[in-house]
Amino acid sequence: MAFEHDSPLVRDADESNDRRPGTPRRGSGFLDEPLLLRTTPSATVGPYLAIGLTWPDGADAVTPGTTGEIWLRGTVFDGNGDVVPDAMVETWQADPDGRFAHADDPRGSSSTPGFRGFARSATPGGEYAVRTLKPGPVPDGEGGLQAPHVDVSVFARGLLDRVVTRVYFADDDLGTDPVLVGLSPEQRATLVAQPTDDGYRLDIHLQGDSETVFFAV
Amino acid sequence: MTGTTSPLVVPAYLREAADQRTPVAHPAYRSTGLRAPLRTPVDLPHRLTEITGPVLGEDRLAAGDADLTLRAGGEALGQRIIVFGRVLDSGGRPVPDALLEIWQANAAGRYRHVVDNWPAPLDPHFDGLGRVVTDALGRYEFTTIQPGAYPWGNHHNAWRPAHIHFSLFGRAFTQRLVTQMYFPGDPLFGQDPIFNAIPPTARDRAIATFDLSRTQPDWALAYRWDIVLRGTEQTPFETDDDGYVA
Repeated sequence: MAFEHDSPLVRDADESNDRRPGTPRRGSGFLDEPLLLRTTPSATVGPYLAIGLTWPDGADAVTPGTTGEIWLRGTVFDGNGDVVPDAMVETWQADPDGRFAHADDPRGSSSTPGFRGFARSATPGGEYAVRTLKPGPVPDGEGGLQAPHVDVSVFARGLLDRVVTRVYFADDDLGTDPVLVGLSPEQRATLVAQPTDDGYRLDIHLQGDSETVFFAV
Repeated sequence: MTGTTSPLVVPAYLREAADQRTPVAHPAYRSTGLRAPLRTPVDLPHRLTEITGPVLGEDRLAAGDADLTLRAGGEALGQRIIVFGRVLDSGGRPVPDALLEIWQANAAGRYRHVVDNWPAPLDPHFDGLGRVVTDALGRYEFTTIQPGAYPWGNHHNAWRPAHIHFSLFGRAFTQRLVTQMYFPGDPLFGQDPIFNAIPPTARDRAIATFDLSRTQPDWALAYRWDIVLRGTEQTPFETDDDGYVA
């Protein structure tokens, strides 16, 4: 594939392309450092996302039949309290040991067999459903632990960018989680899934009196 | 790997300035009215969950995913085009081995989807689905047909400019991007609230460039579109006097 780039700002891979943690590159630590390249703006996923984003194994953050598998379910509601039947919910989480299926986990990638940690679900009838394992606590980077949680992205027609939230679990100790401690009890309640027969359930309210807490990442 | 008490050094991802990002809501795009959250989002510092993300690559591909013009034993109708470019981060580094998922309308502006019922023909040889993975230099390329414009119900005589949907993961939760690529000089830009929701100074980054040098003689036109995801900065703690991570 013959390809020439003409921007002096573009670096090739044989230059410093090593962004893994622990590599000897000093950072300024200032997040307002100018970006060399401006990022591509987002757009809505639109109503026809099922054409491009449907996977047969989409709902499986873990291989079906894995010991300890649970279903994380919930309904997505709009500002009228109507269900949102054409959204997509994506989840990303650690395994029961609190490790991620990713090389950037400084402790090493998850060793849980069949664990992908990622799932995506359409919302027929407004409802998402993800097959997964309950995550373990995850280090907070400052010597403490975050309570078990799942990072969630919601995409839909009518959302020009994804919205991001988290799912926590009602039967865990949530008292010291560094994210939850900054929230009011009412806000916290929008992030806490309740146990069900086959897992946990948390509804997502895009708007309304019980609007879910969404995060800027 | 690490001691039990030493902090984990993780790369924070830079955030684009608010006036360079598409807002979640845009009143002229009516569907945002009841769907876009109304409360200010809470800042979430980047920790392990945010700086990791699903690793998806060649295993997500099927035969023919990089050529949308050949389906069901025949050729799709329409202008054949090659779409190519690089996936980079905001530091200018290539994003290698990255999955791109693509979907689009056919040449007549019709999607192969149950809720798209406007009276334009479906094409038996076009399903509008493509997938590719970037190479070691972040490059991607696929072959498709020029999508058509189509009407929608947002306002009187509303038409979407021709576009291709793109979905990318990068390598971290923070880099996730779903967007749309437009074609240069589209006369429908001015009346499209989805295009105009993009801040004015960022709109050109959503528009591909015609590239005569990459057209294939007697075969296909070519458009280049580079995609830029958020790049990293490392947190400065736990480095020694030489800047090495302790």
